[in-house]
Amino acid sequence: MISISDKAIPVNELRKQMAMPAAGGLCVFEGWVRNENDGREVQRLEYEVYEPLALIEGEKVLAEAQDRFPHIEAVCVHRSGMLEIGDCAVWVGVSAAHRDEAFKACRYVIDEIKTRLPIWKKEHYVDGDSGWVNCERCANVADRHTDPDPEGS
Amino acid sequence: MLMKTITVRYFAVFREHAGVSLETLELDASTAMDVFEQTKGRHGSSEPAAHCKVAINDVMAAWSSPVSDGDTVLLFPPVAGG
Repeated sequence: MISISDKAIPVNELRKQMAMPAAGGLCVFEGWVRNENDGREVQRLEYEVYEPLALIEGEKVLAEAQDRFPHIEAVCVHRSGMLEIGDCAVWVGVSAAHRDEAFKACRYVIDEIKTRLPIWKKEHYVDGDSGWVNCERCANVADRHTDPDPEGS
Repeated sequence: MLMKTITVRYFAVFREHAGVSLETLELDASTAMDVFEQTKGRHGSSEPAAHCKVAINDVMAAWSSPVSDGDTVLLFPPVAGG
């Protein structure tokens, strides 16, 4: 399940929700707002989300992860609105019977979320300037995945 | 020339450049790419369409997808989630 929230992500509650008898472990990725990007001091980040399509595309990503790595449970929450340094901007949790599937599926979900969902971030810098992050460095992330199914099904 | 009435929605940097989040235009457009190109003066994209994304009537689409009279075309600048 994916959701978009304009409030702080309740990371401890989410972690508890992932617990289930068949799960041998939980792999979590938390994306945090950091205080610099490309050598510029960042004061805060503003996320714009087109929620109707972000939810649809996000559910597709989670379904793909479950196809590639059977018997996992995957949850993602992404923030919208204004965030401060240290805030959690995105939370991805994947529980699985074994760690290998959990790590791989978690990596797959966060990489796809970053490059496919209609979400944009605007950096507000300490010097008063601001700018939209275009994520050019993310553009080829999908090509770096090791496909567990070379048949491409 | 067959003009179509297309509602164009702009997001993030495109919206800021256009100064509006949506507008209804009369365009001589056959595809989503035509809409992107014919509204460049509005969204001001310096990125090629290949780096951007498009949706038609709230469904993700290809730049080669046809547009019809009355469609809403959503122009997404390069995304940056996470």
